[in-house]
Amino acid sequence: MSSFWSLWIIVLTIVTLVGVTWLLFANRKTRLNAENEAKTGHVYDGIEEYDNPLPAWWFNLFVLTLIFTVGYLVFYPGMGNFKGLLKWTSIQQWQEEVDAAEEKFKPLYQSLAAKPIPELAKDKEAMKIGQRLFANSCATCHGSDAGGAIGYPNLRDHDWLYGGEPDNIVTSIKGGRNAVMPAWANTLGGKGLEDMASYVLALSKGEASSEHPAAETFQTMCSVCHGADGSGNIALGAPNLTDDIWLYGGKPEQILQSLAIGRNGKMPAQQDILSPEKIHILSAYVYSLSNE
Amino acid sequence: MSEKIPLHEVSEAVPQEFAEIDLYQKREKIYTRKIEGFFQRLRVFTGWPLLVGYFILPWLQWDGRQAVLFDLPARKFNILGMVFWPQDFSMLAWLLIISAFALFLVTKLFGRVWCGYTCPQTVWTSMFMWIEQRTEGTRNQRIKLDKGPWTSNKIIRKSLKHAMWLGLAFYTAFTFVAYFTPAREFLYAFFDLSVSLTAFFWVGLFTLLTYLNAGWLREQVCLHMCPYARFQSAMFDPNTLIVSYDSGRGEARGSRKRDADPKELGLGDCIDCDLCVQVCPTGIDIRDGLQYECISCAHCIDACNSVMDKMAYPRGLIRYTTEKALQGEQLNYKVLLRPASIGYFIALSAMVFLFSWKLLNRVPLELDIIRDRASLFEEKGEYLENNYSARMINMSNDAQLLVLRIASPANAELVGEHNFKLKAGEIFEHAFRVRLKKDAITSPVTPVLFVLEQQTKAGETEEALLKAESGSNFLSGGQ
Repeated sequence: MSSFWSLWIIVLTIVTLVGVTWLLFANRKTRLNAENEAKTGHVYDGIEEYDNPLPAWWFNLFVLTLIFTVGYLVFYPGMGNFKGLLKWTSIQQWQEEVDAAEEKFKPLYQSLAAKPIPELAKDKEAMKIGQRLFANSCATCHGSDAGGAIGYPNLRDHDWLYGGEPDNIVTSIKGGRNAVMPAWANTLGGKGLEDMASYVLALSKGEASSEHPAAETFQTMCSVCHGADGSGNIALGAPNLTDDIWLYGGKPEQILQSLAIGRNGKMPAQQDILSPEKIHILSAYVYSLSNE
Repeated sequence: MSEKIPLHEVSEAVPQEFAEIDLYQKREKIYTRKIEGFFQRLRVFTGWPLLVGYFILPWLQWDGRQAVLFDLPARKFNILGMVFWPQDFSMLAWLLIISAFALFLVTKLFGRVWCGYTCPQTVWTSMFMWIEQRTEGTRNQRIKLDKGPWTSNKIIRKSLKHAMWLGLAFYTAFTFVAYFTPAREFLYAFFDLSVSLTAFFWVGLFTLLTYLNAGWLREQVCLHMCPYARFQSAMFDPNTLIVSYDSGRGEARGSRKRDADPKELGLGDCIDCDLCVQVCPTGIDIRDGLQYECISCAHCIDACNSVMDKMAYPRGLIRYTTEKALQGEQLNYKVLLRPASIGYFIALSAMVFLFSWKLLNRVPLELDIIRDRASLFEEKGEYLENNYSARMINMSNDAQLLVLRIASPANAELVGEHNFKLKAGEIFEHAFRVRLKKDAITSPVTPVLFVLEQQTKAGETEEALLKAESGSNFLSGGQ
């Protein structure tokens, strides 16, 4: 807040406070009507006000609220840029509550994190925690049932881009993954792309032959990552092309698009967001999905 | 603009100003005189059952659990055999509506009998007054004591009174907290000092508030804080039962010798003894007519009747009556059948009926289907798939075997687990997919109805099944 607006708020607050205080005390008394003592003498448009006094403790309550206000403005932020003597902020309060919760659940997480992942994956109660962690951090892309979607791998099958061993899963979650399929449109040309698409389709059906027009190009261009037999490479996250699982769709036009413009897969790193214990439980949950 | 606005000389209309007064009034302490009589005995029958109920309810057990427990941290209300969840919150609203209509109806017919006989404010205040009476003596003794110097007698009596007040307030507060925490454990833990600071705080707070409320605030609550006191007049009409002074019979008031004939002296039946004013817990003079301060407690009726008895006059100079009856109309049952009272009665009956129906047909099972927001749909061969999460809550007191299925459309297929076993009170979340054949889809948005029901056991009738429904949509993006 700039100092002008800070000053503006301070002045406004003080003027209001002084104003209501004046209003309260200035209207404490009134003059009685000489003709009728039961009336206060207030007449507005012919409507007269009877003298029905409020209890004095109400007045004291008003005064108390004023004192409270002053106290509040001294201890808490309210006067423009003045932070208050307690230096309270909502973020700090939130942080304290998060810290308290983490302190509370730390023993539980630590005891769960001490178990090896395959064993933890069989622990039903731990997997309920895992499921909630998954719902919070992963379900947005992978789906609430971890079944994936176009561009986001299905975690329930046995097909793994980066490997399905416990250590592979932990690494994927911790550091994230960046997959790059280069664009081949310029290199292969229109006919080359179509040939390659048909070869890749044939690979997935197990019908690829070395007689295929694109077979040789595949060996020179694609096998570096996808392997000579097209079975992929988990070190690079290069998908296995010999099965019928397609990250970006298995229709000819989808394959053609993948080849022509390439694909960029990104799994964000979670290590700055989730504690190592949580990542351990989450990995066990992901592991449990395909190892039931 | 030739016409002029006519001018009036206003100086005469301005009232002549006089003495200055404070718009806030210092509170005058009310010293209530103790009185006995028919209505005070009646109050025993209305107050005691409520008090006893309040004080013993949290200590009762039902099916091995606390009969009444408002478990706020677990968000569950245990009331007798039933467990209410936040999902049942509407029932509380219904109950409050019933209470409101019941209050309106009773007020319309009988005035503020709630205030006079059953309101906790009145009941607790009368208990505190009873203590005051025991420790400081009668009205006159109390006035004298307050005016007198601080003698050891005064100190002893005052401290005894406040100690007893605090004791009763503590008992009240302790019982109140027992409604919100497992009562028996709380009882032991409180006295061996092992309960949390929070528990001490709440007991302390309610002790203080009860003490202040029933000991110090008293009628101030009725006069300046209670909203009912302010809106009850909207329900009153000339046929409403009110406590009233029969001014036709009582005026002109005046003192006289017991054997004097009031007619000869030109007096009415009121001997102007002021007893009705001295017994009034809100400090009004009922002879001034109906006032919003009157809580219909009938202290003044009992007081006046005792005086009438002494004077050998007929009772009822102050009595329960209506404005119409005071004007000479015969009071009969027909006044109960007024349009407004009939209306309140119909509204009340309808709400009671609906509430009972809802309570009896309450299904302790909840299903919420939430469609995944991030994904639209996914193609799987000749099918389209959508993602959903099911949130199932078993609100019953037993474990349940449940089946999740799709009621409509018939060709929708649920992919994933169908059968679930939920423990009593368990909340279970399950993610699954629904698939529809592409050629069977007719609209970009297909409504889907899901059903969660108890697994059928052999020999069980259809009605005994727990069943919950939830609707969602299947999106197919115009395919």
